[in-house]
Amino acid sequence: MRGQTDTTGMGTDEERKGDFQQADIKYLSRWKKWKRSSSKSLKKILSEAKGVSSYLVLWRHDIHSIEGRFGTGIQSYFSFLRFLVLLNFIIFILMFSFVTLPIIISNYGIFNSTIAKISSKNIEYNCTIYEPSGNKGLVYFYTYLQDLLSGTGILEVTSLFYGYYTIDTVWISIMRYNLPLAYLLATFAYLALSLLWIIKRSVGGFKQNLVHDADPFQSYCNKVFAGWDFCITDPNAAQLKHRSLQYELQMDLEEERLKQKIADRTIKEKLRIYSLRIFINIIVIAVLSGCFYSIYRVTVFSQEKSNDISNLNFQASLLVQYLPSIVITLANFIGPQIFSFLIKFEDYLPAFEIILTLMRCVFLRLANIAVLLFSLWSQISDCAADKCEPCGYNYKLYPCWESDVGQEMYKLMIFDFIIILAFTLFMDFPRKLLVTHCSCKAIQWWGLQEFSISDSVLEIIYGQTICWIGTFFSPLLPAIATVKYFIIFYIKKISLIHTRKPADKPIRASSSNFFFLVVLLIGLILAFIPVGVSIASLVMFYFMALAGAHKRVVEQLREQLVLESRDKMFLIRKITEAQRHP
Amino acid sequence: MGGSASLLPRDALGEYQELTFLSKQEILLAYKRFSELLPKEERENACSRRVPKSHILTLPELRANPFQHRICHVFSTSEAGDDSMSFEDFLDMLSVFSDSATSDIKSHYAFRIFDFDDDGTLDKKDLEQLVNCLTGQGEESRLSSTEMEQLIQNILEESDIDKDGTINLSEFQHVVSRSPDFASSFKIIL
Repeated sequence: MRGQTDTTGMGTDEERKGDFQQADIKYLSRWKKWKRSSSKSLKKILSEAKGVSSYLVLWRHDIHSIEGRFGTGIQSYFSFLRFLVLLNFIIFILMFSFVTLPIIISNYGIFNSTIAKISSKNIEYNCTIYEPSGNKGLVYFYTYLQDLLSGTGILEVTSLFYGYYTIDTVWISIMRYNLPLAYLLATFAYLALSLLWIIKRSVGGFKQNLVHDADPFQSYCNKVFAGWDFCITDPNAAQLKHRSLQYELQMDLEEERLKQKIADRTIKEKLRIYSLRIFINIIVIAVLSGCFYSIYRVTVFSQEKSNDISNLNFQASLLVQYLPSIVITLANFIGPQIFSFLIKFEDYLPAFEIILTLMRCVFLRLANIAVLLFSLWSQISDCAADKCEPCGYNYKLYPCWESDVGQEMYKLMIFDFIIILAFTLFMDFPRKLLVTHCSCKAIQWWGLQEFSISDSVLEIIYGQTICWIGTFFSPLLPAIATVKYFIIFYIKKISLIHTRKPADKPIRASSSNFFFLVVLLIGLILAFIPVGVSIASLVMFYFMALAGAHKRVVEQLREQLVLESRDKMFLIRKITEAQRHP
Repeated sequence: MGGSASLLPRDALGEYQELTFLSKQEILLAYKRFSELLPKEERENACSRRVPKSHILTLPELRANPFQHRICHVFSTSEAGDDSMSFEDFLDMLSVFSDSATSDIKSHYAFRIFDFDDDGTLDKKDLEQLVNCLTGQGEESRLSSTEMEQLIQNILEESDIDKDGTINLSEFQHVVSRSPDFASSFKIIL
């Protein structure tokens, strides 16, 4: 601006310096202006994208309304359920596109594809015989229902189970696609994917947990002076907040009183309490062993009976097939009731009581699956009655043991789903009807059921562990799991809204979220074990069958040598005879 | 939005921006919401009107708040003592509860809100009323008297530095400055 009034053109040195500085400033501010405006527009684009993508999130509105009405504890259960639906869907896409899709492509000859079946020249022949019958000829109509419920018959020959995948390579134009390798790699991929996703989700909760626990200022002043969230506008949410504040303050005060009581205990009382605790732990171990033993016996019984299934009628055979699932579900139901009854005598702090009961229930549920797998394994490798020499396992009874394990997991999953449906239909709704229409005092005191978050979460973790184990033996199982959890979301939501009363004890969402992810991780690690053992034994069986085939080849060669030497002896005799009698 | 901007004079807008922690949009939105609380014929001159307390309490941001009466009382400059609020009182309140207000201001006003008997200190009675506000109205939502005793003892132990049985402003500000949740919970956004 100053330069315009300067008529001499050059101006003084200082004026020129001033001009340069001003020009610098103008230049900088233009650059800064551009930067600021571009970052602003970038932020606007990002926030618009976030806004659009938030509409694509599954069940966003449902979960938001549940949070508003029932609190963040119950909302965390439903977001956990949504997470499992997505996880199972991604696993299904993974397995389907890498394992089942190539077979479908080659079956219809798309992209000029052909197949090459697994050659059995190097392997002992007996180990590769697998002829699932499907359903041939005229069958009763209920056979289809039985097949649907137990994965036998027509379902066994489909791509649902391991036994379908007998193809070695698929040639797509000129590319060679090694299917067995793809199957193995897809298995590792889905386990790794699940592990990474769960760890990513729990890291957030872990950080929060760490901060909260490490901070000694989780104290009364913080809870009282900063306890009320002034942003709450909804009267329902305010009600929930009042209740949760009341509960938290009461719990803290009670814990302080109990800590004081514990510190005041005499030596005699301490001795009594510790011996009582040891005794109760022995009872808990006894209950657990009882469950494990009954599952083992029932599985063995069921496997034996189902191998000669021909002389049983429809209902009996279905019952025998489902016996292990029924026993496991009974154990999963009765066990926690016993544990929550026993823990009252052990006189722990309330927070520790909850954690210990949960740990025991988790152990019960996951160990039940482990015992089932172990008993199946013992049946498959039971070499006492039948020979399993060439193949390493009982190939007479279990020509395709992988499909059998897949079928057991399939049955467990179907039964789990049926039980959840049945409980909601036949226990929740009648109870609600009874409470609303019958004004008898006893029934009013019994009241509606509370929504127990920990029980519901353990239920779905149990189902997810079965899915992880079963996916190796039955590649399309994640699809069934996706549909199952999808339907369960709506069932639980309807049941929650219509038949449950709000919990008296609100749970802190962040710490319970983290705890449930940790338990899910334990389930995943448990699932690693059978899959790892199966892959290892597959390799072992392959080598044993190879060795068996080799042994046979060697014997054949030896026989041939003996035969040839006999031929030679015969020829030499004939020649000497001919020479003797010219 | 454009309509209400023309009703609020530009120099007043600038003045309010300087005197409070609110941004221009927040002031305009506050003006809009404030004039909606007035009957139609009074909306022309909203800046100089007073809204009675009952109308203020219909705002969704305040209707579920257990401290609604105290908030109206603390921010009202009404000489009649009826806790009615003018637009400037309203802006004052929003400014203190806004995101950009400093922690000092917030804790100062929090102290005044929690001081139920307006005597300049938080004594046992104030703390008792405060806890009852937190846990909700209704007989079964209050703490028992032993629990209340224990709780107030604990609070005083943590915050009463001079051990005189009450909490004064500086002790309160000191305790609140170490509280991690205060800044995020003491907030009202329209």
